[in-house]
Amino acid sequence: MTRTWRGGALPALLGIGTFVIALVLMELLIRAGAINRFIVPLPSQVLLSFWRLIAEENILDRFLLTGGEALVAGVLLTVVGMSVGILLHRIPLLRQACETWIAAFASAPIVLMYPLFLVIFGRSAVTIIMIGFTAALPPVILKTLEGLSGTRRVLIDVGRSFNLNHSQLFWKILLPAALPAIFVGIRLGMIFALINIVGVEFLINFGGLGQLINDLAERYDLSGTYAAISFVILVSICFFVLTERVERWLRPID
Amino acid sequence: MPAVDPLTDQRPDGAVRLYNADPILTVDDLVKRFQTPDGPVTAVDRVSFSVARGEFLAVIGPSGCGKSTLFNVIGGLSAADEGRVAVSGETVAGPHRAIGMVFQEESTFPWRTALENVAFPLEVVGMPKAERLDRARHFIRLVGLDGFERHYPAELSGGMRQRVAMARTLAFEPTILMMDEPFAALDEQTRLLLGDKVLQIQQDLQQTTLLITHNITEAVQLSDRVLVMTYRPGRVKRIITIDLPRPRTSAIVSSDAFGRFVAQIWSDLREEASRGIQDSEAHLGRDEATR
Repeated sequence: MTRTWRGGALPALLGIGTFVIALVLMELLIRAGAINRFIVPLPSQVLLSFWRLIAEENILDRFLLTGGEALVAGVLLTVVGMSVGILLHRIPLLRQACETWIAAFASAPIVLMYPLFLVIFGRSAVTIIMIGFTAALPPVILKTLEGLSGTRRVLIDVGRSFNLNHSQLFWKILLPAALPAIFVGIRLGMIFALINIVGVEFLINFGGLGQLINDLAERYDLSGTYAAISFVILVSICFFVLTERVERWLRPID
Repeated sequence: MPAVDPLTDQRPDGAVRLYNADPILTVDDLVKRFQTPDGPVTAVDRVSFSVARGEFLAVIGPSGCGKSTLFNVIGGLSAADEGRVAVSGETVAGPHRAIGMVFQEESTFPWRTALENVAFPLEVVGMPKAERLDRARHFIRLVGLDGFERHYPAELSGGMRQRVAMARTLAFEPTILMMDEPFAALDEQTRLLLGDKVLQIQQDLQQTTLLITHNITEAVQLSDRVLVMTYRPGRVKRIITIDLPRPRTSAIVSSDAFGRFVAQIWSDLREEASRGIQDSEAHLGRDEATR
């Protein structure tokens, strides 16, 4: 019985229900004057402006543009981040030398370096992608490293007892054992990347959803701004589902 | 003339040596030391024995006697400081095709189904998929896990996972099967029943087996001979031939002869085990004093 409930629609319903209740509560508080409606727009107005954004602001194109930038950054991130992580795992000296400053780099506000990127890559999607990619690299590197070095000793011993060579040991044991950690890194990285991508679009007033948020905010269209932010969240959800699917496909169960 | 086990002799230096007619595994004067902050510690000290084709030998000793070290050295996972290990007369260094290892810790691959786990060593040597899955199925049946081929380790009990690990090593068809306390993490009843499974497999395959254990019942239940090790440094204290009739089942644990073997091994082990306990308590005391 518990199993059917847990696997069934109840958690999803509960989740949506809680969200709806929060919105209704917010609506009531604003209407009652407890929250200033010039700072926080009515949820009902935000809902209505979805249609306005779709009809007037080319939201689909912008959504695809920001999503596309995030996807390219994500692919780069996975390839480069994993490669660097694997390299650091292979060469302990390099790891000892670099691990700390890569971790420190994770908290650097890369987005503020946008003028430098503008000089290098111009006012284009490349700048946006490169900033997203750079800012999100540390978690992928660190989690890859953590996953590889966290492989249980006994699994490696099993491989050695079966006479696996270095490359077999890596592909058949280390990498699959590290996959869950690597995917945590990729998911974290995608969040970092998306925040930076939208942030840069906002700052340089170029491209997809970030630029739209900038426009709407300057027009003081608060309900529109919040609706546009919802689309950013939607991009994030899409990537979350995507990475989860890929992970389940690569590693069906834990 | 004193009653001497014809298979053992006492050397002038006191170490017990064992010879037998058709040794498939020979361990000769093996020494393994570890560097510790308190200086070098000898874990395995001049251990010599051999295992005959089709024989089941158990190595028993108190915790800290170097059993697992011996396991790793014979399996080639760590190098010996002195002495040698030979399979059919050929000295081995490093992991060897002839030796299959089953580990104490949970060692199944969580990302592979039971069947894919068992097929793993065959995949590594490049056996075609249909053939290796077929062979894997055979070994899954052998350990009594038919019906669980498509289950992942997370969906199996501890005892079942350990059987998957055993089937995986058996699928490698090693000349010598080595197991390091494979049932240590399981409860006593599961342990006895798995012992039956091992006895049956041993009978079916005539598998030469070296079992590392600290469990006297398990050692007597399964073995042709039991090698008792001393507590640190690990030396061969005695080798006892278990001449209980085969085929055996776990029912044998209630027989008088079984009880006598258990008592004999315990009288050897008790002294070693209490030394081990004294030693670790002394260590704790010292740590307490320095704190």
